[in-house]
Amino acid sequence: MRPAERRYWLDRKRNVDKVYWGVWGLCALLFLVEPLVHKHGEFAFEDWFGFHGLYGFVACVGLVLAAKGLRRLLKRPKDFYERH
Amino acid sequence: MSGIELSPAWTLILGAALVPWLRGAARAVWTIALPLAGMLQLWWLPAGEFGQLGFLGEELLLVRADRWSVLFAWVFLIAAALCSIYALHVRDWLQPAAGLAYAGAAIGAVFAGDLLTLFVFWELTALTSVLLVWARATPAAFGAGMRYLLVQLASGMLLMLGALQQLAATGSLRFEHIGLEAPGGLLIFLAFGIKCAFPLLHNWLQDAYPEATEAGTVFLSAFTTKLAVYALARGFAGTGELIWIGAAMTAFPIFYAVIENDLRRVLAYSLNNQLGFMVAGIGIGTELALNGTASHAFSHIIYKALLFMSMGAVLYRVGTINGTDLGGLYKSMPWTASFCIVGAASISAFPLFSGFVSKSMILSAAGEEGLLLTWLVLLFASAGVFHHSGIKIPYFAFFAHDSGKRCAEAPANMLAAMAIAAGLCIGIGVYPAPLYALLPYPVDYQPYSGSHVLTQLQLLVFSALAFSVLMRTGIYPPEMRAVNLDSDWIYRRFAPALVHGAEALLAMARATLGGAARAAGRRLGALLERHHGAEGVLARTWTTGGMALWAALLLAAYLVVYYL
Repeated sequence: MRPAERRYWLDRKRNVDKVYWGVWGLCALLFLVEPLVHKHGEFAFEDWFGFHGLYGFVACVGLVLAAKGLRRLLKRPKDFYERH
Repeated sequence: MSGIELSPAWTLILGAALVPWLRGAARAVWTIALPLAGMLQLWWLPAGEFGQLGFLGEELLLVRADRWSVLFAWVFLIAAALCSIYALHVRDWLQPAAGLAYAGAAIGAVFAGDLLTLFVFWELTALTSVLLVWARATPAAFGAGMRYLLVQLASGMLLMLGALQQLAATGSLRFEHIGLEAPGGLLIFLAFGIKCAFPLLHNWLQDAYPEATEAGTVFLSAFTTKLAVYALARGFAGTGELIWIGAAMTAFPIFYAVIENDLRRVLAYSLNNQLGFMVAGIGIGTELALNGTASHAFSHIIYKALLFMSMGAVLYRVGTINGTDLGGLYKSMPWTASFCIVGAASISAFPLFSGFVSKSMILSAAGEEGLLLTWLVLLFASAGVFHHSGIKIPYFAFFAHDSGKRCAEAPANMLAAMAIAAGLCIGIGVYPAPLYALLPYPVDYQPYSGSHVLTQLQLLVFSALAFSVLMRTGIYPPEMRAVNLDSDWIYRRFAPALVHGAEALLAMARATLGGAARAAGRRLGALLERHHGAEGVLARTWTTGGMALWAALLLAAYLVVYYL
């Protein structure tokens, strides 16, 4: 252990929580300002309320869960290609 | 003055040959001066065709300067300058020499007006770039470099065959729009497709790039694949198949990127994903889509170089780039972390960063053409790229759990290169007009509308929310020290196994047949021995009585036959 290493802002769990809830707050804000912006997408469904936000969220959760599943199929030991 | 001397390709290739003879400050000045001199040449190079020459009765065109080639030459020179600065701390001469020759070859290929000249520079990019992989001087780098070289040379062979078919059918080697139906078109398409890392032809990229040196990977990320994008845009714009190929390219690498541990390999997968957007734009083929492809290639080269530079700096200082071993490095490398975040914001297409003003053109073009499914896939990939490149790269390297590793900040030359690249990323994002003015077609596109900014921010911030929730709930898959199977399994495991299997089968057949033959030989020998051996029936000395009896019997038999 190094003696008296500087403590950073992110070292406190409380501050990490602040960042986490900050992301939630930002999402809420983006929904709140949506009625103020005139949306003009190429497809009609782009004008549905919150379409891009929900699409992004669902896409990313789906991506991670699918990749997690794929790992079962694709994962090999680190020296897989060195073995003969 | 014929104009041909103004091609920056010569400056870089011939100048690179001098690098091994220079040391210290002289070499540093020289390697930075070469791309800058190239930029001056390009500035003076007028539009037009220069350097027509006859070769074996064919007309070659060494320099064709038009809006497409000049745009790519500019960004290649910017990349070469950034790479030169980034590589200043390197002591061996091989990397800057090979890197600058590689950049020069790529510029030569971009200016090539005929398929033979293109082929020569195409192969030169392969030969010079593999040295950047081998410069790492590890057994893994040697193997990966060998595989890389074989794939690149195969691409060159296909290009040559296609060009010869075209020559035989049309009598011309000129490199204009080709199309799949043209003679040799399919072969040339495949040649471009290999270098562009089409799905299933892609794995040389993720195999070799992460094995190169810190600076080598930055060089590699800029030229080869974007040269292929340029060639595809020239030869196959509007080819419908490219829309699907491009869409598949944007989507499938991101699944690998999520579970990959080597962070430079994660970037290689996301490089593949970004190429997909450009390829889809070429397939759509409208002016807006092609402008999107050209501008995205331009901004992509810079932010991708920036991301590879930041990860190279981590590798240089910490000695590893595996997500499992990193974390908390923002305390040691705050500047590198900040530059990395700028690159991450740019690749994720955050408003005010370069990816936003270029990628959106391709999505808008897909929407304008009513390509619903393509548009949905591209939007999915846009969210996904933020997830794995925008968040995962900076998060696992610089934040996450503190690995306890403490190191020095990156060397000053690396920081300078990253600072310039980050400045360009923000500059293009905030003020895209100069980039738009360079594009192949007139631009009538406004990236900053309220609707566009809001929808993009929603997409990205909700993707960040998904990441945060999955991390906090522990659902996010942890980084693991492992290999993930990809299409390189076919030539690294399946094909060798097939050969070994065939060899084993052959050996078994030989052993079995050999055994059987030896047994048959032994049996034949025994039979002969029994009948003709010293004690054999036919070889022993007969008694006189026995002989007389056999002679009488034979005579009697003869008599009977005679009277019959």
